[in-house]
Amino acid sequence: MSLLTLKVNGKTHSLDVDPTTPLLYILSDDLALRGPKFGCGLGQCGSCTVLIKGQAIRSCITPVESLQGAEITTLEGIGTIDKPHPIQKAFIEEQAAQCGFCLNAVILTAKAFLDKNPKATEKQIQEAMSRVLCRCFTHTRMFRAIERARKEMAL
Amino acid sequence: MKNPSHLVVEAQLAPGAEDALMRDGFSRRSFLKGSGALIVSFSMGGILGALDARAQFGFGAVAPDSPPANQVDSWLAIAADSGVTAYTGKEELGQGMSTAQIQLVAEELCVPFHRVSLIVADTSLTPDQGVTSGSQSHPANFNRANLAQACATAREALLQLGSNRLNVPVDDLTAVDGTIRSKTDASKKVAYGELVAGKKFDLKVDPAAKRKPASEWTVLGKPMQRPDLPALVTGQFEFAHNVRLPGMLYGIVVRPAAVGANVVNVDESSVAGMPGLVKVVVRKNFVGVVAEKPWQAIQIAGKLNVAWTSGAELPKQAAFYDYLRNQKPSHDTLLVNSKDVEQKLSEAATVLKATYYHPYQMHGSVGSSCAVADVQADKATVWSPTQGVWHQRGTLAMLLGLKPENVRVIFRRGSGCYGLNGADTVTYDSALLSQATGRPVRVQLTRKDEMAWENYGYAYVMDERAGLDARGNIIAWDHEAWSPVLGNRPGYDLPGNVITGFLAGFQPEEFQPRSPAPEPTAYVNNSNGVPSYMAGQVGGAARGTGTIKSERSLLHSVVSYFWTGPLRSPQRLQNTFAHESFMDELAARAKADPVEFRLRHLSSPRMLGVVKAAAQAANWDARPSPRPHANQAGVARGRGISCVAYEGENGFAAMVAEVEVELATGKISVKRLVISNDSGPISNPDGLRNQMEGGALQGMSRALLEEVTWDDHNVTSVDWRTYRTLPLGFDAPKIETVLLNRPDQPATGAGETSITLAASAIGNAIFDATGARIREVPFTPQRVKAALAG
Repeated sequence: MSLLTLKVNGKTHSLDVDPTTPLLYILSDDLALRGPKFGCGLGQCGSCTVLIKGQAIRSCITPVESLQGAEITTLEGIGTIDKPHPIQKAFIEEQAAQCGFCLNAVILTAKAFLDKNPKATEKQIQEAMSRVLCRCFTHTRMFRAIERARKEMAL
Repeated sequence: MKNPSHLVVEAQLAPGAEDALMRDGFSRRSFLKGSGALIVSFSMGGILGALDARAQFGFGAVAPDSPPANQVDSWLAIAADSGVTAYTGKEELGQGMSTAQIQLVAEELCVPFHRVSLIVADTSLTPDQGVTSGSQSHPANFNRANLAQACATAREALLQLGSNRLNVPVDDLTAVDGTIRSKTDASKKVAYGELVAGKKFDLKVDPAAKRKPASEWTVLGKPMQRPDLPALVTGQFEFAHNVRLPGMLYGIVVRPAAVGANVVNVDESSVAGMPGLVKVVVRKNFVGVVAEKPWQAIQIAGKLNVAWTSGAELPKQAAFYDYLRNQKPSHDTLLVNSKDVEQKLSEAATVLKATYYHPYQMHGSVGSSCAVADVQADKATVWSPTQGVWHQRGTLAMLLGLKPENVRVIFRRGSGCYGLNGADTVTYDSALLSQATGRPVRVQLTRKDEMAWENYGYAYVMDERAGLDARGNIIAWDHEAWSPVLGNRPGYDLPGNVITGFLAGFQPEEFQPRSPAPEPTAYVNNSNGVPSYMAGQVGGAARGTGTIKSERSLLHSVVSYFWTGPLRSPQRLQNTFAHESFMDELAARAKADPVEFRLRHLSSPRMLGVVKAAAQAANWDARPSPRPHANQAGVARGRGISCVAYEGENGFAAMVAEVEVELATGKISVKRLVISNDSGPISNPDGLRNQMEGGALQGMSRALLEEVTWDDHNVTSVDWRTYRTLPLGFDAPKIETVLLNRPDQPATGAGETSITLAASAIGNAIFDATGARIREVPFTPQRVKAALAG
């Protein structure tokens, strides 16, 4: 065990943890956050995605020891029910969900991409989402929601 | 489409009510007034009530202490502020059922959508409605029984109570916004809360209570936003995966090293002293570890040295379909048998034969299954994504050696399941580990444990044979199929139907050889083993949707090495792939347009309706397939159609697919899918469209990529690299849905219609483009190339 400091959604946490623990377990179990989720534990589906320095990171395969002092943003950190992020808002407006388990992956992966590529084309957005899984196949609505958010964010 | 102010669909009980429930025990429900949520009393005459319900509504068996379905109080409670709490056994799995049920309650009770809280599937609170599956929720709760009829009964009772209170005849009263008011004198009104708050209705559900006609609907039938989305998109929603209890531990199971392997020895010393270890748990062939933290549990499970027997020798996958066809013994079922098929075939101008193959496929939930259990000496509470809380309660009680009434199963949504994924088995895992440690335990399966041991969707081999007369009409059709089974949903008393129950010592449902099949005595087509074009003659009546009178449909069930169970559109999808592909082959042989050929052999107006609607919306290019002068190189384009009377009569749909085939590589691109659907009256058109779209693309993924694979001893498709699925970023087709609203018809299922059609619609389009017929799912580029060469 070793002492680690993490900043999550603007709040600093000092944790005494096994440094080899993947970040996901710290977030979902030690900090009881509901956004990042265990989907595969292999970095293949995206359910565990978080944002670090604007990048979408798969927290299930990222040991926490590599993140000393890092600032981490989870789905909870980008918006709230009262003040949703434009992407979150767009997903509600387009009713772009079925079970909703993959929304963490979809919304954060899209946000990381759109923040860097505000003028992205449909094809580029599609490519950016190519490593995310939605097994309910809400694809049509999700891409509509991302495009709606892109337009709003570009304003 | 304004978002309602309340955000929680899976409503939580008021704190006071929850405490009282825990204090009084699970089987004694008191009538409590909480801050917005009530617990409905059904302590009196529970057993008699349930039996009554069965007699009155023709239920299957229900748990004897379930809130009786024939009592209004089992379904509804009205608080002092006139807010409505409704109780349902039909769960929100992502298909939008909570939203539609809230619409239903709001509509029938004349209250705003946001004044309805829905309590979903909790054995301490909600009626036993079996399993949320098989596209049965819409028919169960939106027709003349259960939730809908309870609401109609309550509205009529409120009008009567209002009449007594206001001294105005019922005919002069109306129910609006949670009040009963005079139609003529605005000053005469009384709120529901004043009429019933704190009291039970104490009323039987009245089968004659008048449902609101669709022409008067203001909430039902409108596109309604799902109230769970704001919490979902902001990471606030509590999935089963997010349930956290004080003192909770984490478990990981250690599954057998091979299919059929038994434990020889568990060497606990191999993990002695590892950080966080609480306990190694062994019960017969069930092995699991419990630790303080999840990462510790994963590491301990990886280190635990378990010796297993070598297990079964699995049949070679390359020859599996031949193996199925020749396997003995079998359990044979005839769905229809006019007994003249061979004779008619011998008289036919042309006889066509083809065999179709469908692999085992998996539910493959994106989040592996997860449950939390708190098992104490004499009682247990579990938070489970099971599709059937009462069934889960019965089997958990067996597994734990507790009385069913001392087990409480609370539904919490899991990752989309599409049928029997690992939800039930992981609930057993968590309960066994909690019982062994005396502390609450959370188990989430590893990706491999989920994928290697779930109850797969059925593999199928299907022989089709049909005869055409000289004018190209079908005069006889024979369908014969082979499909392997092992286990199923656990029901009330078969925990051995899923892997954990079996490992812990329970047997799966016994396989009962039966051959030859008895003659059918009732028309049952919930497997869609009978093609839509057959007349379906059993017992002197013809209940099918087609015109072909010389008909036989025979299924041979055989024993599977792998666990099997319902996967979205079980059997229906496989059978429909064969029937609708073969129908296309027959049309081509008759040189007929595939749409016209279908219409010619259908008798059901609703089937005719969906086929015409899809063809029209797709601007169908009427001509025989394949397309003349199809490309010999480059990219070939084609269109295909498919249709189904889902489960024979539980939803009607058609799909037109437009595809491109890259001839050099065999790569398929689906460009456009046009779907028509008739599920009776439409409850939430936006939710229905969402189901149509999702089902179509999931069906496309299954048609093009998905297949369980194995070697001599083990399943080898155990992650997303070895079990391929279409990711979010694939080239999705344009999807158009045509919703046919039939307010005069009963509500039917809708969640499994479009997925049932995808493989055949796409396969038929490939044939149209290239003249090559693909008869085996998935349509990999290699198979397409082989068919092109063949």
